Amino acid sequence: MLKTLCAQIKEYKKDSVKTPLYMVLEVIMETMIPLLMASIIDDGINKGDMKHVCLVGGLMALAAVVGLYAGIMGGVCGARASAGFAKNLREAMFTNIQTYSFANLDKYSTAGLVTRLTTDVTNVQNAYQMILRMCFRAPANLICAMAMAFMINRRIAGIYLCAVLFLGLILGLIIWRATRHFNEVFRKYDDLNASVQENVSGIRVVKAYVREEYEKEKFRKSSGGVYQMFVKAESILAWNAPAMQFTVYTCILLISWFGAHLIVSDALTTGDLVSLLAYCMNILMSLMMLSMIFVMVSMSVASGRRIAEVILEEATIKNREHPVMEVPSGSVVFENVSFHYGSDAKGESVLKNINLDVRAGETIGIIGGTGSSKSSLVNLISRLYDVNAGRVLVGGIDVRDYDLETLRNSVAVVLQNNVLFSGTILDNLRWGDSSADEEECRRVCRLACADDFIESFPDGYHTYIEQGGTNLSGGQKQRLCIARALLKKPKILILDDSTSAVDTATDAKIRKAFREEIPDTTKFIIAQRIASVMDADRIIVMEEGCVNGFGTHEELLQSNEIYRDVYHSQTSGGGDFDENGGAA
Amino acid sequence: MMEKKKPQVKNAGATFKRIMGLVLSKYRFPFIFVLVCIVVSVLANVQGTMFTKSLIDDYITPLLGAGQPDFSPLAGKILRVGCFYSAGILATYLYNRIMVNITQGTLKYVRDEMFVKMENLPIRYFDTHAHGDIMSVYTNDTDTLRQMISQSIPQFVSSGITIVSVTASMLILSVPLTAITFVMVGVMLFVTKKVAGNSARYFSAQQKDIGALNGNIEEMINGQKVVKVFCHEEQTLQDFREYNDRLFDSAYHANQFANLLGPINNQLGNISYVLIAIVGGALAMHNTSGFTLGALAAFLTYNKSFHMPINQVSQQLNSIVMALAGAERIFALMDEQPEVDEGYVTLVNAKEENGVLTETEEYTGKWAWRHYHKAQDNVTYIPLTGDVVFDDVDFGYDEKKIVLHHIDLFATPGQKIAFVGSTGAGKTTITNLINRFYDIQDGKIRYDGININKIKKADLRRSLGIVLQDTHLFTGTVADNIRYGKLSATDEEVKAAARLANADGFIRRLPQGYDTMITRDGSNLSQGQRQLLAIARAAIANPPVLILDEATSSIDTRTEKIVQDGMDKLMKGRTTFVIAHRLSTVKNSDCIIVLEHGRVIERGTHEQLLEKQGKYYQLYTGLAVNS
Repeated sequence: MLKTLCAQIKEYKKDSVKTPLYMVLEVIMETMIPLLMASIIDDGINKGDMKHVCLVGGLMALAAVVGLYAGIMGGVCGARASAGFAKNLREAMFTNIQTYSFANLDKYSTAGLVTRLTTDVTNVQNAYQMILRMCFRAPANLICAMAMAFMINRRIAGIYLCAVLFLGLILGLIIWRATRHFNEVFRKYDDLNASVQENVSGIRVVKAYVREEYEKEKFRKSSGGVYQMFVKAESILAWNAPAMQFTVYTCILLISWFGAHLIVSDALTTGDLVSLLAYCMNILMSLMMLSMIFVMVSMSVASGRRIAEVILEEATIKNREHPVMEVPSGSVVFENVSFHYGSDAKGESVLKNINLDVRAGETIGIIGGTGSSKSSLVNLISRLYDVNAGRVLVGGIDVRDYDLETLRNSVAVVLQNNVLFSGTILDNLRWGDSSADEEECRRVCRLACADDFIESFPDGYHTYIEQGGTNLSGGQKQRLCIARALLKKPKILILDDSTSAVDTATDAKIRKAFREEIPDTTKFIIAQRIASVMDADRIIVMEEGCVNGFGTHEELLQSNEIYRDVYHSQTSGGGDFDENGGAA
Repeated sequence: MMEKKKPQVKNAGATFKRIMGLVLSKYRFPFIFVLVCIVVSVLANVQGTMFTKSLIDDYITPLLGAGQPDFSPLAGKILRVGCFYSAGILATYLYNRIMVNITQGTLKYVRDEMFVKMENLPIRYFDTHAHGDIMSVYTNDTDTLRQMISQSIPQFVSSGITIVSVTASMLILSVPLTAITFVMVGVMLFVTKKVAGNSARYFSAQQKDIGALNGNIEEMINGQKVVKVFCHEEQTLQDFREYNDRLFDSAYHANQFANLLGPINNQLGNISYVLIAIVGGALAMHNTSGFTLGALAAFLTYNKSFHMPINQVSQQLNSIVMALAGAERIFALMDEQPEVDEGYVTLVNAKEENGVLTETEEYTGKWAWRHYHKAQDNVTYIPLTGDVVFDDVDFGYDEKKIVLHHIDLFATPGQKIAFVGSTGAGKTTITNLINRFYDIQDGKIRYDGININKIKKADLRRSLGIVLQDTHLFTGTVADNIRYGKLSATDEEVKAAARLANADGFIRRLPQGYDTMITRDGSNLSQGQRQLLAIARAAIANPPVLILDEATSSIDTRTEKIVQDGMDKLMKGRTTFVIAHRLSTVKNSDCIIVLEHGRVIERGTHEQLLEKQGKYYQLYTGLAVNS
């Protein structure tokens, strides 16, 4: 993971190296100050040499100025390095996501990917800046101060060494025990918030069943649990400050005692003592800082891992070498096709041994229950997924031999969960063909019966669509999505339950337009409503991943039991009393 | 990367006072004890520094050149200082430890209180507030509040005490040096303000760019499959890069300025240290006004420890402002007007003796409304049958915008009433009025002849079963979820309800049957299965009146049939209001109400309405044309 992430530092390598160097320089300058201090006291004040005081004072000021410069430069470089690193990480992830196949995308949830691109990157960015600036500064501080202390007096510096080891041990222990508890705490805390979420979204159920008191009692119990856990975890942290104080105070007292002896026996000067006391603070503060960094960085490790995962994920569908760049016709053939989701062989088959032969220009209806793999079947045509056995031929050529872009430009799919993007209606339509003029856009909208409602908007085709198309009704969105797909002038058009929110009359009109205006395009129409498919040339009845029946409406009525059932239940009183008639 | 709300505090003083009031009301003595501990801890630290002075001046300097140095006075002094230190360490531990309880206890109180208040809020609140916003009060806002109570407040107190006691100590040691220290602090604050002002500008730019980039990411990732289908990857990437670069720019600048503060203050602190060293050195050399070498050593330490609390306070200020903004939202939620219930007619178990209804303690399966009449000071009992009448009802979510006009309808016990009409015609709104999720503006709704305003809401709702279109389940087992309709139900009753709802079959096939855990609103179940559970949940409550919102066509035909059968069984013998999407439901209804723009435009049976050749006929034949 570290290697993957570090590879994204790229052009910010220089800044990333410079930052710690500047920080170390700043530390050196800062450590020099107490040393110079000792000189002022011993050689200046004690000997009454004012000139020396001024000279060394000047040196100290110089050290401060150099330190300031180094600190500022470190800050600037650190900011650039970390912001740039974050930028590159986002870019690397986003670029790789663009190569993902549907199978890759299925692996991550949308929210999961968004979190990785946003929150996780911020975590890593902050941690990176912390590492660059503090991770070197704190140990450097520790080492410099320690070295200085040793230079002044070995025996007293020995006290520091013990103190550092002691405090390091205690802090390590506290962190170790606390993180264990905190992991548990945050899990419980998430559960608690999940139950709030449940109550907020299900408030109608709570109120309808008069379960307010019951829910309150439940909440109190789990919030009590969270309280207990938090107290337990934070009590451990409460040892932090006293442990720190204990070490510092003990050091001060020990140094005072031994220092006094050494001074009296002339082995140490008063100035040295003052400097040693100053280093005492320096050393222990940097240790405290290190433990803080450790906690912060370890929290970002999980984020880093999630980011690396996205960057390393390899697209499961790629172009082969020398792909075919032209789709000759819209015929579709399935030869002994089997398919399952997931990469391992154990995945449950969703399509079993499918054989189909569809001529160019045919209209094929597909019907079947949820989970009967209707969508899976059509997704193979534009190679959104790869088959596990057998092959799918478009225009007589295996889909895996095509250039992906060529194939997908010829096979237009209107997905079940379709999405419009923020922008005007024209912007959205032109996803299908970026060079289409307005007249062309109008034409496809008329085909998709979208023209009327678009014209009824005050801004017409320039109406701005909000993110997610929230300012359109379900039926309007579906028709726009169909129009967008039509603009590609595809050889094959696949509608995956794309008219479910369109009223039946309009639905029929759209199909009529397809029949008359784009007769050469092969059309696959998946639908729940039998009325949407029964006038197709042929109809596929899917059942548990197999083709249960394939034929014309009349043939299927005769021979296929499932089809007959569905037909009768929908036409004789079991049908869909269309409530969307007014939504058009 | 949550888009942080701009901290905007309307009434900081009052909010702060209220928080402190909360803390003090529950933890008055512990909190006072904490304050005492902080004082002890700070003083122990300050006296330790004073010790440096006497160490050099009183114990080391006199011994210098002494033939037989006597260290026993020093030993005694170190012991005394050690005692003070120990007291300080103990105090530090105590206040840290006690603050844990105070913080977490207060937070628990806040959470409980918020939740309790929230459960009592009317549906209107949930309809008018984004659920994400409500959630963020529980998560983000309580988190900032925690930081404020556990860190900011103690640090503020200890910084304040440190500043005061260090200032006092410095003044005792040397007035002129104290003046220099103060001037340097002034410079520091001035520089901090300048730099912070600049960085704030860049930070708000960064915030804006983060928002824009996140928006872009969310939208594109959400539509990633569409991007693939349209081979739009390149274009998408280009747009993304633009946002990404812009964020880099502002993030770089914002962080750069933020990073300046540390070194600048550090070095200003060092310069202050150097100035004191030189001036103090001169003073000590000439021993002006009794300023000794030891005093200088102590003063230098004070100089250092003076800057720290000032920096800390300026850092904490920001988080306090954020916490106050969060606390305001917390209090706003707590202060929301709860659902009022002035109903006094209650639902009681009843039995019939000699043709007279009387109230009884035990469960009889028979229910009655207990109606107390104030004027006559007597009680009457009306049997619960499920007779519902709307009499000229007007309603609007907003007083000014009436969405339902002059609704008249009646349902006698056991009747099935179907509402049909296009989206937005007011079907769901009507059902929201029967159980008083919303109160009507004008007219009357009567339940068994009683105005529903007089019925206690809890009892009214208990007598109504509801199956909503979006099914909401709760974390717990399948059995728990069914039992939600009747908490006292036995396992046998749960199974019976599941069988009635046609849910028994699929539940048995689940890995742990009735004990299968349902998580995240039932995401491990299919939509049809969730609906079956919701039907079972309504069935176990066994209410005389049902409100059903049929699912639209998103579930497949076969599951739909199973769900439909379940619903049909549930409806048997109950007064049912159904928002109908299916032809069979509509056809089998005793009365069909056709709504348009909030008005009843047609009513009658299927045959009557077909004969009328009105809107219903149009809706109906919209399908028939294609059959």
